[in-house]
Amino acid sequence: MQDEPSAAEMLPAVARFLRDTVTTDHSAHTIFQARVAANAVDLAAREAQLTPRLNEEERVRLMKLLGHDGDLATQNRILADKLLDGSLSLATPGMKEHLWATSMAKLAVDQPSYASYRRALKRMQG
Amino acid sequence: MTLEAPHPPLADALAHLGKRLYPSLGAVSGLQRLSGGASQETWAFSFEGPGGPVPLILRRAPSARVSDLAAGLEAEAELLKLAHANGARVPNVRYVLTPADNCGRGFIMDRLEGETIPRKILRDAAFAGARTHLARDCGEALARIHRIEPSRLPDTLRAAPGSVRLAELNRTYANVGHPNPVFALALRWLAENMPKDPKELRLVHGDFRHGNLMIGPDGIRGVLDWELAHLGDPMEDLGWICVPSWRFGEIEKPVGGFGTHEELFAAYEAAGGGAVDPARVRFWEVFGALQWGLMCSGMAEIFRSGADGSVERAMIGRRASEVEIDLLDYIAPLTQGAAHAG
Repeated sequence: MQDEPSAAEMLPAVARFLRDTVTTDHSAHTIFQARVAANAVDLAAREAQLTPRLNEEERVRLMKLLGHDGDLATQNRILADKLLDGSLSLATPGMKEHLWATSMAKLAVDQPSYASYRRALKRMQG
Repeated sequence: MTLEAPHPPLADALAHLGKRLYPSLGAVSGLQRLSGGASQETWAFSFEGPGGPVPLILRRAPSARVSDLAAGLEAEAELLKLAHANGARVPNVRYVLTPADNCGRGFIMDRLEGETIPRKILRDAAFAGARTHLARDCGEALARIHRIEPSRLPDTLRAAPGSVRLAELNRTYANVGHPNPVFALALRWLAENMPKDPKELRLVHGDFRHGNLMIGPDGIRGVLDWELAHLGDPMEDLGWICVPSWRFGEIEKPVGGFGTHEELFAAYEAAGGGAVDPARVRFWEVFGALQWGLMCSGMAEIFRSGADGSVERAMIGRRASEVEIDLLDYIAPLTQGAAHAG
């Protein structure tokens, strides 16, 4: 499950920026923000392309870990609460693999050039 | 509370103040807002002098907010003076505002020349020499800050050792509201691995990292932004500068992307900071990583509320996942070639 805000929430802000700011203000700050906006569009494209498959894989893992199915937000809430109160932990079979796989899936959308992500990818591939 | 007269424009108030303080100096020039949230502002300006402009910084809280901030900025000025007297490199405080100055509450300090942008500091050739000793500079600066005799510190400084800081972090996680299993696991790890609060609390800067260190080709020129200073575990500052989020791609150099733990610790001890406990620093690194992760998560709400609807704000929200990888590296490290699900 991707973090917030979603691409759907972000794209209107990109449109607003293109329409209201880029056309009137050409300062260095606007150029910087334009780069950020381009990155947001790239992120939205990755989210559209990758998230359906990644979410389905996450749902299946969560079902195995928690013993029941449910929507991702609810399942993640349950998992987070159990990790916080200690009733589930890294000693739970499959937990470490699930947490890594889920965080890696987020990074594949959010920031695939992040150095620690690249390093972890290499380690996973041996 | 009585209604106050509206402020005269800041430039006029500063010019008036300048004439009184420095009769030899002339007009105010280059007044420019640099940064700051709703309650505190940072302004750059100069007084024109016979030898050219004198570059200064005004840190202030507009007076309407005074009651929220009680001694905040006065304490900050006091800390800068104490740190300076103890040999730490900090901007020289020139003047603490009084109500008669009509500028709000705050103080005026020297404006230091240098760079705070991490990518420039870590990559530009101009800083190649500085990079060889920045980790040691950090150790030395922190030792000088932590050595300040606690009895001399302003009594408004809050006491927040690990137990208090962790309770705050738990509240922040609950307030953010978005379920995050890795953050929850990290909170549990912190609770299980929290070192005992130190017997004697020391001055902790609270935000010692890129952005708040003015750096020149010669090294650290000033430690800025003392807003989050508190009494606490000095290892908190050593941990915060080593959080992976401040490495900007240089992930094998834990201290700000420019140096090693060993350099930081050795310089800290040599400058009289006391014995470093690496396990304690590691606790604070995990704490710091999670603290930054929760700050990122909190951006979603700021974006949605419209308080800052910029794309930049939204994109910081999506950096929380970077912190998840960093936290897992600390508390659930991968073994080489480990198979993974998914």
